[in-house]
Amino acid sequence: MISEQLLFALCGIGIFSIGLRATLIHQQLLSRLLALNVCGAGVFLIFIAIAYRGETQIADPVPHALVLTGIVVAVSAMAMALALRHKLKDLNDE
Amino acid sequence: MNNPMVWVIMLPLLASLITLAWPRRAHWIGLLFSVITLAFSMVLVYQVFNGGPQTHELGNWNAGLGIALRADALSASLLVMAMLVFTATTFYADAYFSDVNKRMRFWPLWLMLSTAINALLLSGDLFNLYVTLELLGLSAVALTALSDNRAALQASIRYLSIGLLGSLVFLAGVALIYTGYGILDLELLAQRIQAEPLAQVALTLMSAGLIIKSALFPMHFWLPAAHASAPAPVSAALSALVVKVSLYIILRLWIDVFDVVITPASALLIGILGAAAVIWGSWQALRAERLKLLAAYSTVAQLGYLFIFIPLITGLPEGQLRETAFTALVLLALTHGFAKSALFLSAGVVQHRAGHDRIADLAGTSRALPLTTFIIALSGVALIGLPPSGSFIAKWQLLAASIHSAQWWWIPVVATGSILAAAYTFRVLGHAFGPGDSAGKVLNWGREEIPALTLALFATVVLGLGSAGLWDFISNNSQFIGG
Repeated sequence: MISEQLLFALCGIGIFSIGLRATLIHQQLLSRLLALNVCGAGVFLIFIAIAYRGETQIADPVPHALVLTGIVVAVSAMAMALALRHKLKDLNDE
Repeated sequence: MNNPMVWVIMLPLLASLITLAWPRRAHWIGLLFSVITLAFSMVLVYQVFNGGPQTHELGNWNAGLGIALRADALSASLLVMAMLVFTATTFYADAYFSDVNKRMRFWPLWLMLSTAINALLLSGDLFNLYVTLELLGLSAVALTALSDNRAALQASIRYLSIGLLGSLVFLAGVALIYTGYGILDLELLAQRIQAEPLAQVALTLMSAGLIIKSALFPMHFWLPAAHASAPAPVSAALSALVVKVSLYIILRLWIDVFDVVITPASALLIGILGAAAVIWGSWQALRAERLKLLAAYSTVAQLGYLFIFIPLITGLPEGQLRETAFTALVLLALTHGFAKSALFLSAGVVQHRAGHDRIADLAGTSRALPLTTFIIALSGVALIGLPPSGSFIAKWQLLAASIHSAQWWWIPVVATGSILAAAYTFRVLGHAFGPGDSAGKVLNWGREEIPALTLALFATVVLGLGSAGLWDFISNNSQFIGG
């Protein structure tokens, strides 16, 4: 019988691997960025699974703080990637 | 707050915000703050020199819950190198950017880059390392994209996506560490770490992420395009500092924190990748058609030497020999930082003056830009490893360590790399001294040339002749060598 925590952690590892594979094989920028997001979601899920300490105890706050920081970083990086892509597209259209 | 470690991070951050709000005076603010930060980094070295490794707990929260800043001889000496290169490049950049619009975008990002580098070098825990790596990556990508042409934009997008992948893989390793040990603080981790599968997988993931970021062969493919298409001052910082701080984390993890986990086979593997980088990078540099591309490939090669040190240091018994090899590693990293930034800055001068940096069309540069040509030659001296440069002593010790640890196979690699470095340096100089006038009229004195000259002199003269001081400093104040 697998515990819920392990299940979530394994899911996280699975999502991370799917994202990693897609990042490496896709050539197109947009699909690569999407794949990176999937990859990131996998890592965050692993962190959240780590934080779980059973039903009686509250979850460990440190991994939650880490995930929050990680999400902020990932969102800003993605915004920048899209902005760069937009600029490149403008240059190509000229 | 009276700790220089706090100021070294806060000052550039503050300056970055001020320049964002007040772009018209940005260059004065940038120059002033980088000089003050440089002074604080020197104070920090002085403290480490007198009092040994320093720790500062932010807000008096104990490590474990709070965040600690740490400085030992390795991080302090890299910090001073980074600040010297950064300050000199800041003076150069002031003269380099003529376009007002570009200047306005340059300063906040540039100072943010310095914040990230300084914070990374002083970070004492794994998660902070991740955050500073991301901050570093984002500001570096934005600075690369300043060039505003297609090649630069494509290179910066590629740089960004590969950098993100690297940080995510690193973060996955951090997650594993937290699962196993429940701490992220490096010093506590070093005490509790055990040679078990979990630690090995975590170290592999973190190293894989960092290898992408520090462009070790075969993950170097993104580096030449990004470094060669960025504006000259940015290329100098990218090549001299940004890749080197990722390498700093690898060293920190491999030699300091995870030293019980490392097996000889894994150290050998990373050394072989380094050796491949030396040969491949030098060969590509020899074949490069543009001066900045040559400098970028030369960075790949020079980083390779630093990776060769890892199997040597882990293979040597604790004590004098290991200390010497470790100091040689630091000396090589410092010398390369100064030499490569000087080379990129002079490539920028050539590009400004001649309108291009094609090596085959450099004829007449030596007459038109005598000082710049001299700087290129000086940085070549340091890249090859000729005396009196710091890299001469470092490579000498590298060879000695190969013999002491019975790993003779690194010797032909180092020899081949040095010969190729000599070949690519002399190829540039050969064209530069040829007859012609492609670089325009004679110019004896340029404002951009002084910072580059200072950096080149640091690489060749100061580090070469002053290396004894560095030796004392490292061997007395390092957390590393005792293992």
